Amino acid sequence: MLETLATYLQYPFVRYALIVGVLIALCSSLLGVTLVLKRFSFIGDGLSHVAFGAIAVAAVLNLTNNMLLVLPVTVVSAVLLLRTGQNTKIKGDAAIAMISVGAMAFGYLLMNLFSTSPNLSGDVCSTLFGSTSILTLSRKNVLLCAVLSIVVVAAFILFYNKIFAVTFDEDFATATGTRAKAYNLLIAVIIAVIIVLAMNLVGSLLISALVIFPALSAMRLFKSFKSVTICSAILSVICAFAGVIISILAGTPVGSTIVAVDVAAFLVCLVAGKMK
Amino acid sequence: MAYLSVRDLSLGYDAHSIVEGLNFTVNAGDYLCIVGENGSGKSTLMKTLLRLQAPLSGEILIGDGLQNNEIGYLPQQTVVQKDFPASVREIVLSGCQGRCGLRPFYNKEEKKLAEENMDRMGIKDLANRCYRELSGGQQQRVLLARALCATRKILLLDEPVSGLDPMVTAEMYELIAELNKEGITIIMISHDIEAAVRYASHILHIGKKLFFGTRDEYLHSDAGKLFLMQQEGGEA
Repeated sequence: MLETLATYLQYPFVRYALIVGVLIALCSSLLGVTLVLKRFSFIGDGLSHVAFGAIAVAAVLNLTNNMLLVLPVTVVSAVLLLRTGQNTKIKGDAAIAMISVGAMAFGYLLMNLFSTSPNLSGDVCSTLFGSTSILTLSRKNVLLCAVLSIVVVAAFILFYNKIFAVTFDEDFATATGTRAKAYNLLIAVIIAVIIVLAMNLVGSLLISALVIFPALSAMRLFKSFKSVTICSAILSVICAFAGVIISILAGTPVGSTIVAVDVAAFLVCLVAGKMK
Repeated sequence: MAYLSVRDLSLGYDAHSIVEGLNFTVNAGDYLCIVGENGSGKSTLMKTLLRLQAPLSGEILIGDGLQNNEIGYLPQQTVVQKDFPASVREIVLSGCQGRCGLRPFYNKEEKKLAEENMDRMGIKDLANRCYRELSGGQQQRVLLARALCATRKILLLDEPVSGLDPMVTAEMYELIAELNKEGITIIMISHDIEAAVRYASHILHIGKKLFFGTRDEYLHSDAGKLFLMQQEGGEA
């Protein structure tokens, strides 16, 4: 088995997949804790469907670099969604459901009406489940992903204390002079970037899993915000690494395998937490 | 000039007013209790004083050297906080966030301040414990220590004893009275009219009848007499 692995690792696309997988897992786990606690677990799902819609539009418009359209659209949606948290007519969960289902239906409709590709269902399937796209990454994709990941991690570390304050008690933070609205905006932008990145890996349907599973697992085991955050980052990286390796060896779809490993890790943490 | 001067304030949501024509002042060292029935707008007033919400009309003036970010706040607990994984130290330290501005990390002085305030609230031995595992009274002490990190001047407390048992409630009131003696101005929302007349220097009663004045004036006013009578009647 190790020999097989060694053979595979000689191919650059396998190494790329591993690098990108680990980076995305790291980024997505960082904000997971905040999102779960703010009751926004499903924002990953909602936003990824928005990104799916945007990809469909980009495909129809024949844009060569669909990032130019997908990233801004997703960022705007994230800002709108996180803003609905407080005093609006449509509450957070309903707003997410609405945008997510709407964008997905719209995207599929567009792809169906204007499709140029002969294999429509294959296209849709790979956008939703990210089936093989991670194995077709180019050097340029990997570089872009690395740069964005560094930006995300740096922003998270620099604003860690502020993100904590805003997550734990937004009213208190605002009342004592922290610009909570600005930091909520920052959180929304970071999430949107992470989701657009993660679409390459697991596809739009499974992004929520990458965001929430490591956080939930870590919350079973640890009791301070810092230790939960660090643990969820480490868990997420390990699961992604293991997932990519298993999927290569067993020939399973990358995204689903990573999520399966995440679920298994969660179960282990659940039991371990209960036994403590 | 007083710390806070409220003039002709109207409060409410979506242009629907709950309270109108509110006038009062809070001076340094005061202990103001805001009392009134459920739904009379106590919490809305608190949020407006904290500038979390805009008033429908009227104005709130801040003076006597009080800065906008020098107001400490003890909110009612939210659902989110009940299962939040955070250590006591992390929460108390987050009270210093307002001083940081854009600086990303806490400095030595702020860490020291957090330790001092944990000491002051008698929760130093809980510093590494998880917030959600503490008792109600301990949680309130944590939030109070956090509020003290944000201010040396004025504290706004929203129902600080709700959900606490009688013994812990008495302890909490003593603690707040102690802080007031140390020179911190207190504005507290309370259901507990008895405690209000025992500890407060001033009382603001909102509801159908508005009243603002010292504790003694309140005891002799119509609103006060009526409310006290109702309370006695209700408890008997």
